[in-house]
Amino acid sequence: MKSLRALIIDDSSVMRKIVERSLRQAGLDLSEVNEASNGAEALALLANTTVDLILCDINMPVMDGLEFVKRLKGIANAKGVPVVMITTEGGESHVVQALSAGACGYIRKPFTADQIKEHILPLLEGVK
Amino acid sequence: MSTAPELAPDKWLALLEHSAYEVFDIMLKTKLEPGGPEPATGIEFTAMVGLAGIVCGVMSIRCCHESATHVASAMLGVPPKEAGEHAWDAMGELANMVAGNFKNKIDGMSDKCLLSVPTVITGADYSFRSISESHPLELWFRFHGKALHIALELHP
Repeated sequence: MKSLRALIIDDSSVMRKIVERSLRQAGLDLSEVNEASNGAEALALLANTTVDLILCDINMPVMDGLEFVKRLKGIANAKGVPVVMITTEGGESHVVQALSAGACGYIRKPFTADQIKEHILPLLEGVK
Repeated sequence: MSTAPELAPDKWLALLEHSAYEVFDIMLKTKLEPGGPEPATGIEFTAMVGLAGIVCGVMSIRCCHESATHVASAMLGVPPKEAGEHAWDAMGELANMVAGNFKNKIDGMSDKCLLSVPTVITGADYSFRSISESHPLELWFRFHGKALHIALELHP
């Protein structure tokens, strides 16, 4: 698997660092880690940046994760990029909304590096 | 119309306690020790998350500055001296995860009760009063030898 460019979206900088560490612990080779603190910041960043994987929280100020995933469809740079939600909102309706909007996976906080590995590695099998 | 899940208060308390232990175990890789009620002196950080839906209220986590720094240190995997500036953020995320983990353990609640973005207050010279008419569910723990208090105040 090639080195990956990741985008981590969470309003907590501590959580962004935890997600990055968990991705590395899961064995991913990250060549670049981009960060955004809400969906609007992430969309602005994606206008000029290409990534291979997006990890996104749901509850965030300005633009939440579900709205971000819906709007991502209009961003050329993000076409085909897997989006995995990482959130405390564990309800079935949130999972359905996220997957319907275009997310490929859903991880509930608290999470282990093994859960990250289990959910994310299969999504990256096509990324060579 | 949706109503709050039927659950005895002692069961809610046990689930809240289990949620806290689980978050410390998984995300901080450290053990939270049981504790007993203590005076509020030295409490300098209060992280709060609101719940709204079939259950409404506020969950708060309170501790001293040193404990909040240890929370950030454990979450980030860095020494405490490098973690102080992240204590606010770490305490907010801790409250978010404990509250979320708690509601996800109650059948029928996770979809029908939303969490607010966390709020963190620092300083010791303030009093905190929820508009809840009921007594809060309270838990006391020890973390790095200091008191850590978790309370859930539910509105009728």
